[in-house]
Amino acid sequence: MNTVSPYILLSAILFSMGVIGFLTRRNAIMIFMSVELMLNSANLAFVAFAHQWGQLDGQMFVFFVMAVAAAEVAVGLALIVTVFRSKKSANVDDLHQLKG
Amino acid sequence: MTSELIVFIVLAIISVLAAVGLLSSRNAVYAALFLILNFATVAVLYLMLNAPFLAIIQISVYAGAIMVLFLFVIMLLGAERLNQAAPQPGLRWQRPLAIGLGALLLIQAAYVFITRFNSTTVAPNLIQAGPMEIGLKLFGPYLLPFEVTSILLLVAIIGAVVLTREK
Repeated sequence: MNTVSPYILLSAILFSMGVIGFLTRRNAIMIFMSVELMLNSANLAFVAFAHQWGQLDGQMFVFFVMAVAAAEVAVGLALIVTVFRSKKSANVDDLHQLKG
Repeated sequence: MTSELIVFIVLAIISVLAAVGLLSSRNAVYAALFLILNFATVAVLYLMLNAPFLAIIQISVYAGAIMVLFLFVIMLLGAERLNQAAPQPGLRWQRPLAIGLGALLLIQAAYVFITRFNSTTVAPNLIQAGPMEIGLKLFGPYLLPFEVTSILLLVAIIGAVVLTREK
């Protein structure tokens, strides 16, 4: 294959599925996993473009996206644990008031 | 049909099916395992795109560290049963709207990508991004973002500790 458009198309498909999961699921953990799916598809697009132009900069961005994803997951899962402790549920519909 | 295209099609089908399994799974542990399968197939795609170092990082950091954190929290909370509670009465229209908008986004993105990027071919100077090339970039032009990332990770560590502290 001397073109990267199939990779970009696959990345778009995975990103859209992540969006659908993010919008339809009600469980906070599933919402976080959908966000991970979206970040991963964006990484795939970055690597594909890096391959297309013969430059390393796209791969460096994947590096930083992975670091940001790790930080986001650490804080997000800590939030979910805290919410689960007080609400006994990870359903985001139960979080309609801004107090613990 | 080249062998590379066949491998790509098989991997793409596996990764899309894994994403479907993630979206439709009733058990959070199965959903996490489907996501790990998706990450593994994407890592093989990285290998096909001349990014071997990122492929290993994808397996060890994403499929390893991050998903272990997910599984740990799921099992710690005992929240693996995803009882699909009926959405609140006022939110019933959300699900079809979300699926419609997601499909619209996919169609739009696919249209743009196919029309814009179909003609461009891969650059002739193929790169092999091993650890040395990545390291030279990381500690050369990307030194400041690298240091900022370390501060971000420190903030995330402190945030996780503070948020989960027992009162």
